[in-house]
Amino acid sequence: MLKVRTPKNARAKRELEKRAPKLVETGKKTLILQGTKTSNTLNAVMTELYLLKKGSAIRYTRKNENIRPFESGGETSLEFFSLKTDCSIFIYGSTSKKRPDNLVIGRTYDHHIYDLVEVGVENFKPISSFTYDKKLGPQVGSKPFICFIGEGFENVEELKHLKEVLVDLLRGEVIENLNLSGVDRAYVCTAISSDKVFFTHCALRLKKSGTVVPRMELVEIGPSMDLVIRRHRLPNEGLRKEAMKTSKDHPKKKVKNVGQDVIQGKIGKIYVPDQKLGEMALPNKSKGVKRERREAKTKNNANEPVSKKQKEKILHNSQN
Amino acid sequence: MEGQNDYMVDLGNLMAFNPAHHFPSLPSSREDLVKECLQEGVKLVQAIADQLFNLPSTEDVEGPIVRLPPPTTKLPREKHLPKPKPPTKWEVFAQKKGIKKRKKDKVLWDEQTGTWKRSYGYDRVNDDRDVPIIEAKMTDEPGEDPFAKRRTEKKQRVDKQERNRLQNLKQAAKVGALPSHVQLAATALPITGTNSAPKKITKHELGDVAGIASTSTASGGKFDKKLSGEKAPKKQGKHHKYLPVVEGRGISQEKEQTVKVLNKLMSKHSHEILNVDKAVNTYNMKREKKQRNRKPKNEQEKSSSNSSKLKPKKTLDKKSVKKGSSKKGKAK
Repeated sequence: MLKVRTPKNARAKRELEKRAPKLVETGKKTLILQGTKTSNTLNAVMTELYLLKKGSAIRYTRKNENIRPFESGGETSLEFFSLKTDCSIFIYGSTSKKRPDNLVIGRTYDHHIYDLVEVGVENFKPISSFTYDKKLGPQVGSKPFICFIGEGFENVEELKHLKEVLVDLLRGEVIENLNLSGVDRAYVCTAISSDKVFFTHCALRLKKSGTVVPRMELVEIGPSMDLVIRRHRLPNEGLRKEAMKTSKDHPKKKVKNVGQDVIQGKIGKIYVPDQKLGEMALPNKSKGVKRERREAKTKNNANEPVSKKQKEKILHNSQN
Repeated sequence: MEGQNDYMVDLGNLMAFNPAHHFPSLPSSREDLVKECLQEGVKLVQAIADQLFNLPSTEDVEGPIVRLPPPTTKLPREKHLPKPKPPTKWEVFAQKKGIKKRKKDKVLWDEQTGTWKRSYGYDRVNDDRDVPIIEAKMTDEPGEDPFAKRRTEKKQRVDKQERNRLQNLKQAAKVGALPSHVQLAATALPITGTNSAPKKITKHELGDVAGIASTSTASGGKFDKKLSGEKAPKKQGKHHKYLPVVEGRGISQEKEQTVKVLNKLMSKHSHEILNVDKAVNTYNMKREKKQRNRKPKNEQEKSSSNSSKLKPKKTLDKKSVKKGSSKKGKAK
């Protein structure tokens, strides 16, 4: 037998609908978690990445024993977490003798692992080590500028992959309207060598230039670090094709009460509620509205004393 | 800016990429490296800003707002595209037969009460519950409540619709197009014979199991540490004793046993072993029970056919009288 299970309240229903597959997707959420062993650096890296992504990220601070994203069977609990938190990007930190300060950045498709990039963190400088004018500090959740510098991002396979993952991680939600006064941060990624990327987070300072376009200046506010590419796994071709599908037509929202006419063009319909003249409050109390007059009028109509029921009937008739 | 043409700008993501840059030689110190990176970064940011601030903008209280073009870099989706819902069985049928949906009026004229009423729900038009009298027909079965019949029929129709709905949901689930808020969960199968709850293990059984466990080491539990208050296992060793098959010392024992039984049967007073009264009684009781089960109605016949019973001579009269009277009382 099958039983239909539906959410018991509207809040739960809304939450489920938020998680359902959509034609046009809103931003991806990020899950930041760690293995059994981490270093101080790695903890700081993960916390600060969480701060950068705040609002669309979830940070797990417990140790996770059986997560090994690159090995088969080691992704089960990761996929479960992805399903549970509805996150489709994850950052997994672990440290070992073989791979010190290791970060695995991965994406999921339908809550199954899509691709993976493994990087080592070097020369990490936390936010606290930078001194800058606090007024410049970017707001939480603002849309960042993303800059990639270096030919390596085009020629080297690993870096190309890393670039795509980083864009997905950093760009935030795809938006249509942007407030130009809210532009306040930029990420700069530079390929130093074929396996090393310098990553930094900057605030934007907009200076007057005399034209419409202000002169941009970058102020480093951290965190900054070197990412050394280690292992990576590209998505298989079938999955990639499947995941790259987009809806060609945006869902058209039906516009109510607006029509088109050949001659007149756009025609709108306006609903005017019934004017209840009888109930309308008059500005001045004219003689006809006064109560004594009304009563006298009804008296003339019905000279004989009538019972209540009959009275009602009469009233009904007069209304009709 | 001569290098501006080389930059790849994706305005939708506010992203810029300079594929031409490479370090001729890595700067010696970290500061120099960072400085150079930031210089390059400024150029790219300026390139984005050049395009961004030249977009047509609308003034708002908060600041100028521009409309961003869709991003050009393709990134994978988070989840699959929503799948279209398969048509229900009725929709398929209606399509085949060319049945079209008609809009129903929300409010209809109710003849029974002479008022406008909603066409569905509580207090609806032509509600069965509003009918006080149902005229009898020739085809009506006597002794049947037409109101109850109506109610059950309605309930059956509702149940049938629910079943159909479930079936359609199942079909949708197969394609993966279940509405996001619906989950289909399998309930436990009612298998006949497994309904009874698992029995609680009795103290006795538990003792047996504990005994087996304590003696299942290599030494048979001889060198195990005993717990405080632990008793020795109750059942140990052989319980059955079989007499030896081969001739030897034991054969005399077997002989003894069989002789004992035979003596009992064939002795002088063997008739005393069999209690005839008791045997007859049990036989009668059994027979009576059987007949009662077979024909509970025609008891009078039974009393007449009592003669077929076996009767011990002593108590014949008494018993028959008693039984007859009691049965007559029952029949009345």
